[in-house]
Amino acid sequence: MSQLPTFTSMKAEDGLRKALGMPRPDLIAEISASGLKGRGGAGFPTGVKWNFAAAAKADRKYVVCNADEGEPGTFKDRVILQDHADLVFEGMTIAGKAIGAKEGILFLRGEYTYLKTHLEEALARRREAKLLGKEILGQDFNFDIRIFMGSGAYICGEETALIECLEGFRGEPRNRPPFPVNTGFLDRPTVVNNVETLAWAACILQKGSDWFKSVGTEKSTGIKIFSVSGDCAKPGVYEFPLGITVKDLLQQVGGAGAQAVQMGGASGLCVPASEFGRQIAFEDIPTGGSVIVFGPQRDMLDVLHNFLEFFVDESCGQCTPCRLGNRKLLEGVEMLKAGACSMAYLQELCALGESMQLASKCGLGQSSPNAFLSVMKHFRAEFMGRTHGFVNA
Amino acid sequence: MLMTERDRVAGEIKNLADRLGHNRTALMPILQEVKAKYHRVDSYAMQVIADELGIHPVEVYSTSSFYAFLGDRPQGKFVIRLCRTISCDMEGKNRVARQLENDLGIAFGETTRDGKFTLEWANCMGMCDQGPAMLVNDKVFTKVTPERVHAILEDCRKVFGQHATERKEVHLA
Repeated sequence: MSQLPTFTSMKAEDGLRKALGMPRPDLIAEISASGLKGRGGAGFPTGVKWNFAAAAKADRKYVVCNADEGEPGTFKDRVILQDHADLVFEGMTIAGKAIGAKEGILFLRGEYTYLKTHLEEALARRREAKLLGKEILGQDFNFDIRIFMGSGAYICGEETALIECLEGFRGEPRNRPPFPVNTGFLDRPTVVNNVETLAWAACILQKGSDWFKSVGTEKSTGIKIFSVSGDCAKPGVYEFPLGITVKDLLQQVGGAGAQAVQMGGASGLCVPASEFGRQIAFEDIPTGGSVIVFGPQRDMLDVLHNFLEFFVDESCGQCTPCRLGNRKLLEGVEMLKAGACSMAYLQELCALGESMQLASKCGLGQSSPNAFLSVMKHFRAEFMGRTHGFVNA
Repeated sequence: MLMTERDRVAGEIKNLADRLGHNRTALMPILQEVKAKYHRVDSYAMQVIADELGIHPVEVYSTSSFYAFLGDRPQGKFVIRLCRTISCDMEGKNRVARQLENDLGIAFGETTRDGKFTLEWANCMGMCDQGPAMLVNDKVFTKVTPERVHAILEDCRKVFGQHATERKEVHLA
């Protein structure tokens, strides 16, 4: 039984049939009208992205589904691919029609190799049912999808690094602009969308943009799928409308009594209990859906230590602020744990974090200091002058 | 006809390149297949791949060494990757890690001398609601306890068959 009731309620191929009957501008207008924003976390309007790629002139274009779900605490894409793969493939096909692409690539992270057979079978079924391949549903539209495996690199979730990997290079992000919608895979216009975004696109075509907009906030429309883990009674995937407060979310997942929640994974924000009234939406707390709950027994320095070890390991090493900055922040956390960090040095570290946000080349280095800075802002008092490690107050 | 290991590797890489393409976009899939079959991509294989794709071998090394699942170090037949990221950490991955080290007799980053097991850390592998989680090759294990480690390793060992020098259980007098 799927944990995602809205996706389960969708009728197969309804959205695709509608999309194939629409002229391309109308199709993109429908997605734009829904206000759908990228569900991977960055929140870029999907309609705008598709429009750019549609407007670009080229002999070939590509649709890439980003299933390199590596953000700590995120697993919703795994569940979507397991239970609703057809909806994702339908979304890719619709995107192909919208921008004029004939080829789709599902970039699946190496850690999810066990899903590959299941996905290949779904693709084969769709080819047999004339939903992929030549003359889809008897119309003058050709589109096919292949699966490309990642090989264990968090950075490949960044779209230009992902494209580098597809092309057979090290997964090092490119300078932007040019953006992938103009110069992407093999220098052709390429749309890179998150798994969940594509699934929602298929839903929007089926049910209409007004249906999608009926929940959420003005700037963050629709339902978001959350991956909840950590100190709560019911970890798992959940559908909540955007705009939900942290407090309401915690109530639903049995996470009452938490001292803090990490929203958006290791690169997201740490929200302390005093701010649980805030909304989860692109205009307040943006998120890719990762919710990690920390109970009162957790030492937030241990949490930071874990996050920074992650970033030191996963930084591609291309630009200095990220390569060295994360190391310095990690050393700082180790000093704090040992009770050996002066306030002046801590302020230096916070300034370093802000420099990294400004000066790093890609989203990894720009967002990796987020957790450090937000934890230091809210929990600083607990960290200074420690003599005997963590004391559970 | 006697075929040396090298000829066999070269032949297989040629076949792979014929199937996947003689261009750079085929590099990752070729590396992945060679790695899966031989548990390593050595410098000879890199040279053959480079020749097939028309690139310099250092380009192959550069790409291969970037990715955690590739690299040029030989790995065991079973690569065990224990997730070390926050949610699995909070569920007690440290004790599972210790027991894996104890039962295999190696530390993280090492391969057993018989070439059967490699022990590695994984960064978040998307099983955060069911931690601690680990991958054994492509297979995922969730809610792993230190006690379960032994059974998981034994299931792997069965693949190799019983060897006279391997005593399955040690009974203390």
